[in-house]
Amino acid sequence: MMRLPWFEFRAPSSVAEAARILAAEGPDAMPIAGGTDLLPNMKRRHQTPRTLVSLRRIESLKKVSNGAGLTLGAGLTLTEVIHEPKAQPYGALRQAAAQVATVHLRNMGTLGGNLCLDTRCTYYNQNYEWRKAIDFCLKKDGGICWVATASKRCVAMSSTDCAPALIAIGAKAKLVSATDERELALESLYNNDGIEYLKRRPDEILTEIRLPPAAGWRSTYWKLRRRGAFDFPVLGVAAAARFAKDGTVEEARIALGAVASRPFLVPKAAEALVGKKLTDDVIAEAATLAASRAKPMDNADLDLYWRKQVAADFVGYALRELRGDDMRGTRLRIARQIL
Amino acid sequence: MKVIGKPRRRVDGWAKVTGRTRFADDIVLPRMLHMKLLRSPLPHAEIEAIDVSRAEKLAGVQLVLTGKDFPVTFGIMPVSQDEYPLASDRVRFVGDPVAAVIARDEQTCTEALDLIEVKYRPLKTIATPEEALATTEPRIHEYGPHGNIHRLQAHEFGDVEEALGSSDYVFEDVFFYEGNTHLAIEQQAAVAALEDAGGLVLYSSTQNPHYLHRELARVLQMPASRIRVVATPNGGGFGGRCDPANHEMVVAKAALALGRPVKICLSREEVFYVHRGRHPVLMKFRTGVTKDGRLTGIHLQTLLDGGAYGSHGAASTFYTGVLTPTTYELPRFKFEACRTFTNKPPCGPKRGHGTPQPRFGQEVQLDKIAEKLGLDPAEMRLRIAVKPNSLTANWLRIGSAGLAECIRQVVERSGWKEKFRKLPEGRGVGLACSAYMCGAGLPIYWNKMPHSGVQLLADRSGQVTALCGATEIGQGSDDVLAAMVAEVLGIGAEDVRVLTGDTGLTPVDLGSYSSRVTVMMGNAAIQAAEALKARIAEAASEQFQVAPNRLEFANGRVFLAADASKGMAFREAIELAEAKFGTLGSVGSYRPPDPPGRYKGAGAGPSPAYSYTACVVEVEVDRATGWIAVPKIWIAHDIGRVINPVLARGQVVGSVYMGLAEALMEEQVFRRLPPKLSNALVHKFPSLLEYKSPTSLDMPEVETVFVEDPDPNCPFGAKEVGQGPLLPVPPALANAIYDAVGVRIDELPITPDKVLRALEKKAKGEEPRVGPEHFPAVPYPEPVVVPPPWEGGDGNAVKGAGPKVKVPA
Ligand SMILES: Cc1cc2nc3c(=O)[nH]c(=O)nc-3n(C[C@H](O)[C@H](O)[C@H](O)COP(=O)(O)OP(=O)(O)OC[C@H]3O[C@@H](n4cnc5c(N)ncnc54)[C@H](O)[C@@H]3O)c2cc1C
Repeated sequence: MMRLPWFEFRAPSSVAEAARILAAEGPDAMPIAGGTDLLPNMKRRHQTPRTLVSLRRIESLKKVSNGAGLTLGAGLTLTEVIHEPKAQPYGALRQAAAQVATVHLRNMGTLGGNLCLDTRCTYYNQNYEWRKAIDFCLKKDGGICWVATASKRCVAMSSTDCAPALIAIGAKAKLVSATDERELALESLYNNDGIEYLKRRPDEILTEIRLPPAAGWRSTYWKLRRRGAFDFPVLGVAAAARFAKDGTVEEARIALGAVASRPFLVPKAAEALVGKKLTDDVIAEAATLAASRAKPMDNADLDLYWRKQVAADFVGYALRELRGDDMRGTRLRIARQIL
Repeated sequence: MKVIGKPRRRVDGWAKVTGRTRFADDIVLPRMLHMKLLRSPLPHAEIEAIDVSRAEKLAGVQLVLTGKDFPVTFGIMPVSQDEYPLASDRVRFVGDPVAAVIARDEQTCTEALDLIEVKYRPLKTIATPEEALATTEPRIHEYGPHGNIHRLQAHEFGDVEEALGSSDYVFEDVFFYEGNTHLAIEQQAAVAALEDAGGLVLYSSTQNPHYLHRELARVLQMPASRIRVVATPNGGGFGGRCDPANHEMVVAKAALALGRPVKICLSREEVFYVHRGRHPVLMKFRTGVTKDGRLTGIHLQTLLDGGAYGSHGAASTFYTGVLTPTTYELPRFKFEACRTFTNKPPCGPKRGHGTPQPRFGQEVQLDKIAEKLGLDPAEMRLRIAVKPNSLTANWLRIGSAGLAECIRQVVERSGWKEKFRKLPEGRGVGLACSAYMCGAGLPIYWNKMPHSGVQLLADRSGQVTALCGATEIGQGSDDVLAAMVAEVLGIGAEDVRVLTGDTGLTPVDLGSYSSRVTVMMGNAAIQAAEALKARIAEAASEQFQVAPNRLEFANGRVFLAADASKGMAFREAIELAEAKFGTLGSVGSYRPPDPPGRYKGAGAGPSPAYSYTACVVEVEVDRATGWIAVPKIWIAHDIGRVINPVLARGQVVGSVYMGLAEALMEEQVFRRLPPKLSNALVHKFPSLLEYKSPTSLDMPEVETVFVEDPDPNCPFGAKEVGQGPLLPVPPALANAIYDAVGVRIDELPITPDKVLRALEKKAKGEEPRVGPEHFPAVPYPEPVVVPPPWEGGDGNAVKGAGPKVKVPA
């Protein structure tokens, strides 16, 4: 990678001030939180913002508050999220955050940065000279998508672990700009487009994530990647369900990550669980339904067809864990750690 | 023994953990400039024009160099001096250096690189050995037998066809071992400067300062005596810094031209382009056996993907076969090999240099043989393990050989007998073995001089300094040097100051490659230390009026063996010696024994000794997904004698790590784009994130056992430990997978998708195997025919003095 390009660095201490700078500077300015995604990208010349607006000094972005549910500031580091006592009932979030990257990166990387993470592709996440050698690609500086040469749309992959977990939990995101603020279901923050992957406007700051009450819910996150650390997901399965006393599913959500340019819910699969107990057959049916929506592309690690093939197995792991099976052995083999 | 065999903190450990070790990138000199290289974006092209005028004008730029500044080629092997420091008329892979910018800082260099305009005329790209065999024009190089073949060779030791014909069974298998790279954590860096007297000094993270020294003299057309190469401590080597590298030549030239220090640090991507890593090798084994599992003959054919330059390729090609007969008794052996040029970063030596590939094939095939014959694979190997003090079919002299004991150790400790074919479905164990050499018997360029020299200085202060050209690449050679000298002189390892890897100050040592340092430097060190000791003993013995041989040296004292109370401090003894003899010093040197084989090609494979290893891997395989987990590995290594158990264990565990990484994940692979749209051929992922290698979380528990069977050719009997233990790990893993789920994965890496594919084939009743389907027709020459020792030979060829080339129609 090259050294960082030149940029101007601003470090406001309030959201309002940060929003003002973003509005004044226009799309040439970008927010930076932990920088664990943005700075390597800048070294590859994926983004070359004229101005970086650091969010790290903004105390209000680190707030954790109870209300109806839980509100997490976007500026919390992933390590803080993992250890936040109030977040413990949200198993999927903790398991997702704990599987992001490495300890060092989780100490720097934030929840907000994770949700706004750039999409990834093996033709894109390469240094400048490499991309020059393939005459660049649709996502940046070029005209062709090398993953699907006929595609008009960039198919770079959503690679955030926390987004599918939070979507399954039913979280909402709050966006604040100099002129307005809005709240939207987290799932609708994303577009299925590798370039325009966020509905966030360049002048908006993601300030908070609101989680609904956890009472009665169980949730889990399973991640497929080659190794026990460092690697981005090549499949993320988040599942959440509310159970009646007798184990009947009353409400459920299943979300997939890293198999499209956005994380998304699979309502059909979730519906297949409602009103039923999680028998092996029910799990198998829902797993097949969910897996049929996984459309991995040949732009990430591991064999494409195999990734598609095992999606149902991973949905099965998640649902069995929700059912209460002891999945520690499987978890240890897959994640190389107990979560 | 007081030092040898005792667990000690390595002599350079303290500096390393406290950050005081100065790696090449830590060197900062007054008025130092920085350098960056412009690399080719095309895999194969002619350079039509280079315009550097805009780059030269950029503020802060001091100099721009291009191919025309470097008329002389270089290369590590005398037979393939095919590299230019900067390409002048042709680029051969994406990453081939074309120009260099020297400027006040890296940022300015980077900006200037973008201002250089190069006009290329693309040439046909050759991506695979099969394409290389089929493409006569264009040729990537104008030398080599023909077309895009770099090396061809064939040797036959006894009539193998006849042996196979009279065997009870003949097994034929094709295997593939994917290429991979060294992945040293330190990225190479170099600083060149002028010394006060006007000569050139180059500080570089190199494994082989001596060879680099020679090549610099050649390229810069300067007397070697005016050049000094200092090998800085390396943050890992593994073979990746054995070749002299383009950036070293260019940075040296820049410093000479500007009269100012110049530094270059390679980026991680550039390290992937410099490469010189493991060759991808396709191989075919035809092996004859008797009913009771004795080998009758092996016919081995290999095909190497060499990449764009010769590098160590001539040697690598030999090593894909010559050590095959060193593990088991093998009456007859035929070996044919071919290395091809392709438009990819050049392959070269990586830990095990050329040998892990055929070991994988051989050891997996043995597992298949044992199963077919209904034999326990451990028992079968025990029966055919090579005997100590023997000759192999290809005339390699085996000295000590602790293979059988290694097998017994891992069988015992792993609970092999209770586990093999007995574990529940999805779990399994696999066993494999290996042998490796302890230093190449011949130097890279032909000469009769020592391979290693050690010089000792001692003075009245009591200090002892050991100087040697050997290079510390993290493996612990400085510690070994200190330990050897300390043991002989009866002082502590920490009492010996070591100064190594500096061609301006230290005696020549050929470098840190081929597992040669402990054996060769160690023998030289003992010789030097004994010489110094003799002088000290002579002076000290006068005090006690006894013969010098009545004195003992231990615990920092020199005393009467018969009465330890009569003695003096080591320092006092040195004072006496300095008074008697004048300034004290001594030298020692080592050259390996002449090899018994006398045929053309006999130079590759001989070694003063061979190390042996046996390994058991346990796996868990998920039948639904093919997912692989490795809970534990047992490994026993015949090391001759352990010098420092802490370091030795580190080498074994590190080897297991690297072997497992190659078995499960690592691949240096390339991407071609749709040919209608692009002729790009790029490294798939030159990054530490996407080039997968296990993390500490993926690493299993490793139980290490040392078998100590001292070898008379080795210092204190110590053999190698840096490379050998890697070799049995990949085949043991493959064999364990078969034990777990009954599928054969005959190619590396073994990934879950391949396992699942094989399981699906099995379910359909097809052959439960994933691996290469066929071996292409390769125009191997008529073999050099050499009768094995037991068939009346004298080590000379009786037919075919050298490789003659058959050109395909
Ligand atoms: C080696 C490596 C491995 C990794 N592995 C994983 C992994 O396994 N899973 C995973 O999910 N991620 C992974 N990451 C990515 C990254 O570390 C995490 O996603 C991290 O949480 C990003 O947070 P950050 O604060 O560092 O983001 P930054 O880099 O600061 O920002 C990322 C993006 O979000 C924008 N942004 C940040 N905060 C806000 C905000 N509050 N409002 C609006 N926009 C904002 C930035 O402008 C930028 O575009 C990895 C990174 C590396 C280098």
